[in-house]
Parts: sequence; structure tokens; C-alpha cells
Amino acid sequence: MPARDYIRERFFPHMWCPGCGHGIVLNALLRAVEALGLDKKNIVMVSGIGCSARISGYVDFHSMHTLHGRALAFATGIKISKPSLNVIVPMGDGDAMAIGGNHFIHAARRNIEMTAIVMNNRIYGMTGGQSSPLSGYGTMGTTAPYGNIDHGFNTVDLASSAGATFVARTTTYHARELADFIQQAISHQGFSVLEVLSQCPTQFGRRNKAGDAPEMLESYRTGTARIDSKKKRENPDLIERGIFVQKELPEYCREYERIISKARGE
Amino acid sequence: MEKCRFLFSGSGGQGVITSAILLAEAAARYEGLNAVQSQSYGAAARGGAARSDVIIWDQPIYFPKVLQPNILICLTQEAFDTYQTTIRPGGYLVTDADLVKKPAFVDAQRVELPFHQSVMEQIGKPVVLNICLLGTLVELTGLVRIESVKELIRERFDPSFHDINLQALDLGAQLLKAHKK
Amino acid sequence: MSDAVKFIQGNVVCAEAAVYAGVRMFAGYPITPSTEIAEHMSVRLPRVGGKFLQMEDEISSLCAVIGASLTGHKTMTATSGPGFSLMQEALGYAVMTEIPCVIVNVMRGGPSTGLPTHVGQGDVMQARYGAHGDHAIIAVTASNHADIFRMTVEAFNFAETYRTPVILLLDEVIGHLREKIRIPEPGEIPLVGRLRTAVAHGVDYHPYLPREDGRLPMSDFGDVHRYNVTGLYHDMWGFPTEKPEVVYGLIRHLVDKIDHNSEKMTRFRKYHTKDAETLFISYGAAARSALHLVENRRKRGERIGLLELNTLWPFPADIVRETSRNVNFVLVVEMNMGQITREVKLAVENPRKVYLANRVDGELITPTDIQNIVRLIQGRGV
Repeated sequence: MPARDYIRERFFPHMWCPGCGHGIVLNALLRAVEALGLDKKNIVMVSGIGCSARISGYVDFHSMHTLHGRALAFATGIKISKPSLNVIVPMGDGDAMAIGGNHFIHAARRNIEMTAIVMNNRIYGMTGGQSSPLSGYGTMGTTAPYGNIDHGFNTVDLASSAGATFVARTTTYHARELADFIQQAISHQGFSVLEVLSQCPTQFGRRNKAGDAPEMLESYRTGTARIDSKKKRENPDLIERGIFVQKELPEYCREYERIISKARGE
Repeated sequence: MEKCRFLFSGSGGQGVITSAILLAEAAARYEGLNAVQSQSYGAAARGGAARSDVIIWDQPIYFPKVLQPNILICLTQEAFDTYQTTIRPGGYLVTDADLVKKPAFVDAQRVELPFHQSVMEQIGKPVVLNICLLGTLVELTGLVRIESVKELIRERFDPSFHDINLQALDLGAQLLKAHKK
Repeated sequence: MSDAVKFIQGNVVCAEAAVYAGVRMFAGYPITPSTEIAEHMSVRLPRVGGKFLQMEDEISSLCAVIGASLTGHKTMTATSGPGFSLMQEALGYAVMTEIPCVIVNVMRGGPSTGLPTHVGQGDVMQARYGAHGDHAIIAVTASNHADIFRMTVEAFNFAETYRTPVILLLDEVIGHLREKIRIPEPGEIPLVGRLRTAVAHGVDYHPYLPREDGRLPMSDFGDVHRYNVTGLYHDMWGFPTEKPEVVYGLIRHLVDKIDHNSEKMTRFRKYHTKDAETLFISYGAAARSALHLVENRRKRGERIGLLELNTLWPFPADIVRETSRNVNFVLVVEMNMGQITREVKLAVENPRKVYLANRVDGELITPTDIQNIVRLIQGRGV
């Protein structure tokens, strides 16, 4: 099935700003789904609130646009009730790490088979450029006019410690790697987290002298390196890309089937 | 029949609430009577004051709390001090001879029995004190048959605890018979 | 004695009734005095192939319940005041997206953490107006185990019929009270199942286009029809819109589907109301005290009656007005500062004959408390 069969064409062109990285994530997601040959009726996309959340409107899956930060909680209910569904949860950095932080760590702890894609643009874009938990120390935002004194989370570390059994990071510059990681994340039997650095030239780039989209994408090329690469060893400050965690642990829905057998005395 | 209002009081962990439930449940399920049981909850799971209200009647019971019991059970001195004035004149005041030392100053029929001492001497397990008390209440009120309570004990408790509980139940009934003589 | 006769807590009755109604998913978070519902669900649901989830908080509990409902299952959560406050956002979402589910609030003393182990009825208005934005809501209650069973099943029936979240307001006294109940046989209480669309694969399905009768057939997530669900104002396909005519149509639909059917949701019990000169109106645990007094005073020949409300929202104004038409005065018995009293005053012909008998100290109002208020109203002194 061609990738365009997975979208709701009538809603295009999409609403994201020119240069926004989220369209690249959508593109990579469609490629991944196509490569996996998934049936549209077996995919549910659950999103929260924000620029990232609008992705669910563009895909021709079962789609649920929920409340700010709560996407994983809604998704958990869907998955446990119908484990045969592939549940994909795109989230923004504010969505996943601030208002939804608790749901994020608990979904990871349960190891319930879902794919969380954290589209990290380091800013609250839709509401106009306020600092997020991933903005980072010293950045500028409309709520950090004198420079941000909050330190950022490391999404990969947080997800790993919380118990996610697949944790990866890449960027919108590395589009093929992105599609590959999404594919691996969806195939993973357990809770998978993929952090995607996704540029927001309009709200973050402009305020932080990061340039427009091409400059921001270029910074993803120069500012990141694969795990254990020569580039990383030579430049320890670079942000690492790659798969950080990939392990097998009992998956929640399968564990619950065991509970059902036990309760029925089987 | 007369509406029968029980107030069970003691401290958390003594099992007074379990005995209240068993009495009410036996009346409701085996004797065709109406019964309600409620309890007051504190924040502590162990220790602290425990209280349970039971009403047994052959007519519908609406207001479920016991303000003035016909039968007041106190298994600690503190419970006795707190509740003795609530008893209906002429009601039964059931206390443990070891655990409640003070004399009552209310118009009540005192049933002061050595539950604790007898259980320790004859069964050796203080956990069945509440079932011993229940045996006394069954004998005292005649509301439920002792066989009904035994059936309930067999249904509700792990088989390894059946014997000592049934023994404690009979012990309680005997204590009252001896007291009446 | 038959196994169908049980001596159990009201909370357990509620959980049993939910299983009877066909609940197959429960998500919740421990909170006194509702926890026994979650505990019982964790035992019962896997036995019937259902799922029990202990979530990280009450917010996620209701979110998970809403998500699970979309896969075609009947779902429920249970909580108390503080948790109910946390659920308001998701409650509004369920209203807006028209996803059936049942939310039990076993009321305790409030505000805030208040009195965790003591009774209150202070969340009646929160049930009605707690979620932001205009909306209609269904909330039901009960005062005894037979009615807890019946109203729990009704709550599921209303949720499915009107595609809406339904709130079951219990309270600490009846939630923790043990009394006798005969569990109804299967089929004894009619159940309303999920109304699913008959639209075939390949034909346009409109998840948010009401039928002639106002009902909206659903399609399960995972089934052939793929559609969008959003808390934003949306069109008949479920996609966001800001078109004023569509926005207006949706808010009218959300309110009208409940308000226009309020008679079908009205559940109540009348006790000695025919010739009553004094009428009590009450609900939940407070109604037990009111009924106790009514039965006692009737024996002495006093013309006194009780209208017990099982449906609180939509407020059964017609029944209240009719029943109170010929009485000397109406005494609303409730354990709050007069939340239903205000509604009664709006419903009756002469609001000046409506009085409140309440108790808000964490203790169940007693028949004597009520009798004292009656004497004061009658000018007889306490």
C-alpha cells in the first residue's frame, strides 16, 4: 500500500509552520508503517495537545486527539482492552515531560506494548513559544525572557530508568534513521520510546538565534553522533543518537492474560 | 421481636469488627432476619479505637447507626470509658475481666467474663478472643443459632483455623452458661 | 440459604452490579472510602475475562476508562472527592466525545481532603457543574443495597443509551455498610448493550451524526470504520471545526439529548406521600434516616411522607413539584449546605415552604436531628 493511502488527504496541506520538523516525523512514520505492512484498521494513534498532537488528524488510522499530557493514559486503556491493536502515541516535549510526565514514567514502568514518539522541539509552539522541560538551561522563551534557569530532562535517561524496554533517539535531519527507528519501535514487544529532535524555527529558532529550518537541521547533523562512534568519542559534548535500550521483559497485556488464567483457576 | 442494637468496641487488631460482621451475617443469611453492620474507620490499620455497630431485627432497618445499644461490648478500658454512658437502661454490658477493670456506674446488666484468660488457658492463641466473645453473644441473645455461626466460620476462614475458632466459639457459649449459674 | 443472598458492603454491591451490567474494564486509584470497589474489581474482572488496571492517579484512571470504552467495552472507575476533582477534565472530554462510561464517587466529607473516613454529600453540585463549559450530565444515587445494585446497572444503561459518562454518587455510609442483598438473576434487570453502527465496510460512517431518535451508533476502535475522536468542537466525522453553526449544533445536541429525555431517566421512590402534609425529600444515606423517621411517625398517625430521589441529574423537577403540591412544607434532608435544597426551591410552586435539614460534621444525620428541625418549622421548639 503506497504511503499516501495512510493519510487523510483532504486535510492537507497540514497546519504546521513552514520549516517545522513535525512533517518529517509524519513522513517517516508513514514509511515505517508501510514497510511493516500494517493494516490501517489495526492501528490506533492517540495524541495529546499541542503542535505534535495534530499529527493524529492526518493519518487514516483510528485516531484519538485527547487532553494535554494524557495521551498515554487513554492509550493504555485502549491497548489493555484490545491488545491486538498497534498503539502509537506521538507527543510533544511539554505534553510528554511536563503535564504528562507521570503518565510517561508509569507507562514505561508497566512495559505495556505501545510506541511513544516524543517530538522534541524544546518549546511550547502552539501557545506561542513558552519554555518547556526540554528547553534547556540558558534558552530563551516567552516565559523565560531573561534566560531559562530550569534544567532540562534527558528523555532517554528518564525513559530508561523508568523501565522502557526500547529507548532510542534521533533527529529530523536523519530521516532514514528516523523511519528505521519508528519501525523498530512499533515492532518492539514492550513499551518503546523514541525521542525525535524536531526543529521549531518559528518559536524556538527565532528566539534562540538558532537560525531557520536549514540551519537547525544542519545543527542536528553537526551536533549529534551515533552511540559509540568515533565522532562522539572525539566530541563528548555531542548529543547521542541510536538505540540506547532494547531488551525483553514481560509485556503488560501478556502478563494480564496470565492473571486471567490464574483468576479462572486454569 | 425487639430491635437489637449492638455496639462493639475495643482496639484495632482485637477482631471486634470481625465478630460484629459474623454475628450480623449469620442473622441475615441463616436466620432470615434483617441486619446491618457498619464500623468507624481511623487512619491507623492497627491499634487505635475500633468500633462497629450492628442492628438485628425482623423488620426493615433504615437508620443504620447505633446511638444507644441494648448490648454494649467493651474490650478495652478506654472503650468502656468512652461508651458506657450510651447504653440503654437495663441493657447488657459485656466486658472482659482482664481488660476492663473499672466498675460501671450505669444501669446495665454487667456480663463480665474472663474471655482473655480462658482463651489463653484453654486454646493458647489470643487471636480467637473475638470468636470466644461471639460465642457468648450467641448464647446471650439467642438471635442466631450457634450452628449458623459455625457454618459461617467454615465458609469464611482458612481450614487450618477452623478448629481453634470453633473451639473458641463453644468456649464463649460455656462461659456465659457458667456465668448465668 | 441461597448463594444469591449476600451480606456485603455497598461498595462491593456496586462492583458486583457493574459486573452484572457487563463491565469489562475498570481503572482506578486507591482512595477512601471507595477503595473496596477497586479491590473487588481486581478479583472479579479477570474471572470474567475483563481487565483491571491500577493507574498512577485518578486523572489517568478516567482517561484509560474512556480509551477502553472506545474499543467496545463497558468501563468504569470509582473514586472519592479529591479523585473526583482530578477527573473533571477527562469527564468533560467524555461528555464532548460522547463516550459511555460510569464514574462512581463514594462521597466523603469535603472540601479538600476533608474527612476521608466520614460521610458527606457535598459533591452533588460538582457532579453537575464540575467539568468546565456548558454541558448536561446524568448522576444517580441510592440509599440501600438493592438500589445500589439497580442504580449501578441503570448507570450503565443510561451511559450506553445516551452515549455519555454517568456519575454514580454513593456515600461513605452506604459504601461501607453491610446489609443483606439478593443478587438478581441474569436477565432480571434489562441491560442496554453498545449500539453499534450497521453501516457496512466501505460506506461512509458518521460517528457524530445522530439518528432520528438522537442516538449515535458507535464503531469500535479496531473495527473497519476509522474515524477521529477529539475534545475540540467537531463535525459529524469527528474532525475539529470552528464553524459557528456546527459548534452550535453540537452543544445543543449534547445538552438536549439529556434534557429532552430527563423523564426517561427519572428514578425515585415514594413512601407515604399520597396524603402527606409534611414531605421529606432526600437521597443516599440521609434518606435512610428520613425514612426511619417517616415510618416511626406514621405509626403515630402523623401525615408524613418521603420522596427519595435516585436520579439527581437531570433534576427531576416535575416529580418534586407534583409530590410537594399539597404539602404544608418540604424538608430536604441532605448532608451538605443545601445543594439539592436549591434545586427543590426552583422546582416547587412556593419556594418559601422548602426547608433544609442537614448535617455537615461527618456524622450521619439522625432521625432525631430531622425531628428537631420539623418541630422548629412547626413552631413547637426542640
